[in-house]
Amino acid sequence: MAPCMESPTSRSPVAYLPLFTSLALGLAGLAACSKPAEPAPAAPAAAPAAAPGEEKAPAPAADKPFTVGFIYVGPKGDYGYNQAHSEGAAQVAKMPGIKIREEENVPETVAVQKTMESMIELDGASLIFPTSFGYFDPHILKLAEKYPKVWFLHCGGMYVEGKHPKNVGSYFGYIDEAQYVAGIVAGLTSKTNKLGFIAAKPIPQVLRNINSFTLGARSVNPKATTAVVFTGDWSLPTKEAEAANSLADQGVDVMTMHVDSPKVIVETAEKRGIFVSGYHANQSSLAPKGYLTGAEWNWGKIYTDYVTHVKAGTAFPHLLRGGLKEGFVKMSPYGAAVSEETKKKADAAKDALTAGTLIIYKGPLKDNTGKVVIPDGTSQAQTDVELEKMNYLVEGVVGKIPS
Amino acid sequence: MEGEALGLLGVPLAVIGGALRVSPPYLFVSLGECLTEKSGRVNLGLEGTLIMGAMSAYGVSYLSGSPWLGVLAAGGVGLLLGALHAYLCQQPRVNDIAIGIALMIFGVGLAFFLGKPLIQPTAPRLPAFEFGNWSSSSPLRAALQINVLFAIGIVLAFAMRYMLQRTRWGLLLRVAGESSDSARAMGYDVARIRLYATACGGFLAGVGGSFLSLYYPGSWNEGLSSGQGLMAVALVIFARWDPVRCLWASLLFGSAGALGPALQSVGISGGYHLLSVAPYVLTLAIMMMTSSAHRTLLGQPAELGAAK
Amino acid sequence: MSQPASRLDFEAVLVPLAAIVVSLALFGVFILCNGVSASSVYYEMYRGAFGTWFSTQNSLTRAAPLMLTALCTALPAHLGLVVIGGEGALVLGALASVVAAHLLASFGPWVVLIGMGLTGAAVGALWLGMVGALRTLRGVNETISSLLMNYIAIGVFKQIVEGPMRDPASLNKPSTLPIGDANMLGSLPGMDVHWGLVYGVVACLFSYVLMRRTVFGFSARMVGGNVRAAQLSGISVTKRVIATCMLAGAAGGLAGMTEVAAIHGTANASLICGYGYAGILVAFLARQNPLAVIPVALLLGGISASGGLLQRSLSLPDATVNVLQGILFVVILASETFYGRWKRAPAATVPAPAASVVAEVA
Repeated sequence: MAPCMESPTSRSPVAYLPLFTSLALGLAGLAACSKPAEPAPAAPAAAPAAAPGEEKAPAPAADKPFTVGFIYVGPKGDYGYNQAHSEGAAQVAKMPGIKIREEENVPETVAVQKTMESMIELDGASLIFPTSFGYFDPHILKLAEKYPKVWFLHCGGMYVEGKHPKNVGSYFGYIDEAQYVAGIVAGLTSKTNKLGFIAAKPIPQVLRNINSFTLGARSVNPKATTAVVFTGDWSLPTKEAEAANSLADQGVDVMTMHVDSPKVIVETAEKRGIFVSGYHANQSSLAPKGYLTGAEWNWGKIYTDYVTHVKAGTAFPHLLRGGLKEGFVKMSPYGAAVSEETKKKADAAKDALTAGTLIIYKGPLKDNTGKVVIPDGTSQAQTDVELEKMNYLVEGVVGKIPS
Repeated sequence: MEGEALGLLGVPLAVIGGALRVSPPYLFVSLGECLTEKSGRVNLGLEGTLIMGAMSAYGVSYLSGSPWLGVLAAGGVGLLLGALHAYLCQQPRVNDIAIGIALMIFGVGLAFFLGKPLIQPTAPRLPAFEFGNWSSSSPLRAALQINVLFAIGIVLAFAMRYMLQRTRWGLLLRVAGESSDSARAMGYDVARIRLYATACGGFLAGVGGSFLSLYYPGSWNEGLSSGQGLMAVALVIFARWDPVRCLWASLLFGSAGALGPALQSVGISGGYHLLSVAPYVLTLAIMMMTSSAHRTLLGQPAELGAAK
Repeated sequence: MSQPASRLDFEAVLVPLAAIVVSLALFGVFILCNGVSASSVYYEMYRGAFGTWFSTQNSLTRAAPLMLTALCTALPAHLGLVVIGGEGALVLGALASVVAAHLLASFGPWVVLIGMGLTGAAVGALWLGMVGALRTLRGVNETISSLLMNYIAIGVFKQIVEGPMRDPASLNKPSTLPIGDANMLGSLPGMDVHWGLVYGVVACLFSYVLMRRTVFGFSARMVGGNVRAAQLSGISVTKRVIATCMLAGAAGGLAGMTEVAAIHGTANASLICGYGYAGILVAFLARQNPLAVIPVALLLGGISASGGLLQRSLSLPDATVNVLQGILFVVILASETFYGRWKRAPAATVPAPAASVVAEVA
């Protein structure tokens, strides 16, 4: 490696003065810190509750607090997926006798195994909510076998009775119900009849949201079409903004999305003067003019229920799924641009979905290549596992599933 | 389709618009790196500077209410990081590439640390020139919205080329980059020249960051830069150390990146992962065609350690 | 420089140690400025990185892939090349190793694992070998080409995993078919650390011996020192450059294979997690010395292992450890300037490490 070219004069000690000053400053800092540092290592490592710096945590009511760990794949204030979960965690934190430990930006690698293990070994957690889909296999499964007394409740709905360890549970919400209602609002509000959907990856969950949104829109406005742009990953702000602009250029005047953090898309839509429907969490403050409604999670209810069950030792279903009816998902309050007429129709659909009288996927249903995907007379209710293998885009969606 | 929209015609428009929206950060960082490298030093840390710039611009704009103060703050932070790089590299046996990588980590880490409270709030953004107001087509109007910063960047690219070729300052900078011994023989302090060049380069990279957070995509979060700073440093070699070619390279790179989403918005979506790497393949292919094993690249400063 | 060997050893230990102390101190000041007690941060970091047997194993596990990816940069550096293509070699090596696992599935775990390792390494070698070939045959700057090739490799990887190689059962997380539990790389005896750690250590030792103790290494370093001199003495620069880049790529490909065989059991987007980029840091921090890569990777593994605990028990942001890493790298790399400063000082009067930095030179 070539060292930098140097002039002989700069070797004089004076040239280094600033460097030394900073070093000396650093040392002074060390001296200042080292005094309180002394007693710290003496604290018993076996009792993590005694670790310094925890004075800020609320004093637990019981002698041994029940520790619950939450793990997020991204930053917890992202206006999206992770924020929805951390809002749920905040509700758990308010429960008496419960202490929560949170860790954000944990990748779906061996890092999440170590985080879970660290929460168990060092924090004494007895229940962990790893909230990213990709944490399940192999990471949670491996840890669950190693720690049979700890509960691992995963967001994604992948638990299979008999195949997976007994101390694992999984939950997920039928958020496409909320997207269906949002589609109704979009279909009735659009003037160009062109809707846009910005999605991360062409996976069944995402396709189901696109299809439900489109079916909702076309149930009230048969001329509506949805143009889809896949960005390729869960968080790519520049590409999401580019996709939003491309869609707006194509005359799309209402858009929604399925990416981890919808902030950039919502703001771009507002900038372009078009309407937007949110996802994951409530983004209405980002687009006061154009925000119509949004499909939101309501994890707080699920988390507090789970914690109550696990703490009390009562039985609960390992696989938990629900939609509007069970309160797992909800709609953002309607924005100013939504007409009374539209609200009425959307509320009617919401009530029908809640009552279970409206089935989104029923035949005859064609995909956008003209192939019949659900024959006449057949209907697939929300709990139907066929829906979880969705690999088509319904009629009215512009675009192909990229391969 | 119904026919009232632009349809396929919208693709070139979206690509042009995309180039104008996406390329400014590349432009500013590559201009900054161009200046630095002309003086004979490589600063690989501009990715960190870019992100620090983006964060501080957003923060200052949010706190002060003035996006332009944010831009200045971003430049200031970049200036400091650049000066730190230059100062450390001036010490004997300190490797400029290594320090660059270290400062990149430092800049990114610091920006993420200090930027946590800034993910949520919405800061005032930079305004744009509306060059498309004559048209009734809203896509065209949107494509021709040009941010003031970008306009400055374009002027800067030409001014920098003039500066490097025609002024005493430019000559000095080039002498320092071509042969530090000659510069010293002429009685100039090479270390100081490089300090100024690296600090100014950092300033520009910081300003590039402010474009990311205050104009496009116009938000602060941790995924804001997907390596634009690193890529921009690479573009300088691609542009053969010529500021105006940096402008063309940035535009080319920006438009190649806009192609994927634009095609999908009209329903063409095959191989979207491959489309998204098109800009990188294109850059590599052009480099393969234009390089030669038998001579150094035209315009390359002889003192550059990285390109020995 | 006619210095006694002991003096050099003393420097090689003292300078980095002093740099670490200084960086920890600067980091402490930074933490104090943010209103958190620095002592509790130091304590939590110690507890999270090496304080318990669990923590130590956590650090070791995290260090394992970094040793291999660091070689992607450290080996070509001996020829004066700055290659940053570890990420690309890792993901493509991982993908290739999965293909090998499926093809060899009927031969039993041993054949599968050896086949995976060889295939992963071979594909990694070809990938970075291209960087070397482009450099020496076409004069394409290796830093840029390897950076561009990272992005290209990731795009190709995603396209293949989500397309032709996708396991139809991997619904919401596109992955390839799993390689099967029987074919997984296990843990080291008595530990919860996978065999990838041993691969990493062996690869570093091998690289050290190769580069410092063999004719190949000598000729490679000669190319790095002076291309013309090397050519005049009859060394084929082209061959050395391509061979070294291929070795570097092989290390990266092997890292990908261990991630698949020891952790994921399949290839999916989780493999793209920046190990290749972290390896660049390790290499530069180790001054491109393959032997020094081992402790540096451990240090980095320890820092990342302690990051979670800082978040959970002190509510510090996850980027806190990135700040520490940044400070650490800047100070350690800047401290290179202090090597050779003790030439005229008597060896006997060696004060305490930290103080000496200031006292000796100021």
